[in-house]
Amino acid sequence: MDITCNGEQMAVEQPATLNDLVLSLGLNPQTLVAELNGRIVEHNDFAAHPLRENDRIELIRFVGGG
Amino acid sequence: MLTIADKKFSSRLFVGTGKFSSSRVMREAVEASGAQMVTVALRRVDLTNPQDDIMQALDRDAVQFLPNTSGARNAEEAVRLARLARAAAGTAWLKLEVTPDPRTLLPDPVDTLIATEKLVREGFIVLPYMNADPILALRLQDAGAAAVMPLGSPIGTNQGIRTAMQVRIIIEQARVPVVIDAGIGAPSHAARAMEMGADAVLVNTAIAVAGDPVRMAHAFRLAVEAGRETYEAGLGRRSTAASASSPETGLLNADLGFIQN
Repeated sequence: MDITCNGEQMAVEQPATLNDLVLSLGLNPQTLVAELNGRIVEHNDFAAHPLRENDRIELIRFVGGG
Repeated sequence: MLTIADKKFSSRLFVGTGKFSSSRVMREAVEASGAQMVTVALRRVDLTNPQDDIMQALDRDAVQFLPNTSGARNAEEAVRLARLARAAAGTAWLKLEVTPDPRTLLPDPVDTLIATEKLVREGFIVLPYMNADPILALRLQDAGAAAVMPLGSPIGTNQGIRTAMQVRIIIEQARVPVVIDAGIGAPSHAARAMEMGADAVLVNTAIAVAGDPVRMAHAFRLAVEAGRETYEAGLGRRSTAASASSPETGLLNADLGFIQN
């Protein structure tokens, strides 16, 4: 199925959760927060969110800032 | 001791974590600064650089994370970023920044007030970045801001406290701590802000872009301590007329024969 993650279109194999996607991208879920179709998902809940066709995902983390 | 929203801070220097050449330099500079409040920003993950993680570089037991809403152009975007920050950091502390104009990065007073009201209702500990406007400071305080953060000069300019007259009024009137944020370009600027009675200063660029950021962080630490000590000690009165520091009696002058003209 096709999803959009951080503005990039990508294909992921079904079934997959948000947690599966994060791990497949080489990211540590503990360091992230996500928006799934505009709704905030904390990293503890990533595994409870199955992905669906055309989902829009934003993966966000802290960076240096003033 | 500085208290903001029931949390005590022995350091009155807050530092930002942006613009450092590496995570290692940033971590060492934060340590050298002695800061207990550290700002961070939220951004989309760079999918091409997945291991770049600031959380690993900071000791969260030693410092209070203060996520900012940098990049927000209006109240709505700031609230969205605030909620994400709380979910990501597990903290309700927030530096509220609403900057509609990327050229000046000056804060929008109306949307800053609107966002403060909303976020306070949602349980956030809001420290709004604001222009040095005494009336706005009172409005933000009344809206429940935990502190107010007037700018010394625009973000990243290193121009110092160009808003001294307004900052003095803000400090005089405030019931919440006043943190001078933005524009502090040298330890002497930080010392001046503290001498004026600011409760704390927030410094990022001046440390991050210094020749030696770790030593500059230490210099800022000393300056903030000196400035606070000065404020508490109480400066002497200014005068335009000279006044001798040495006694003006018992002078060894020509009348007494000691000095030959």
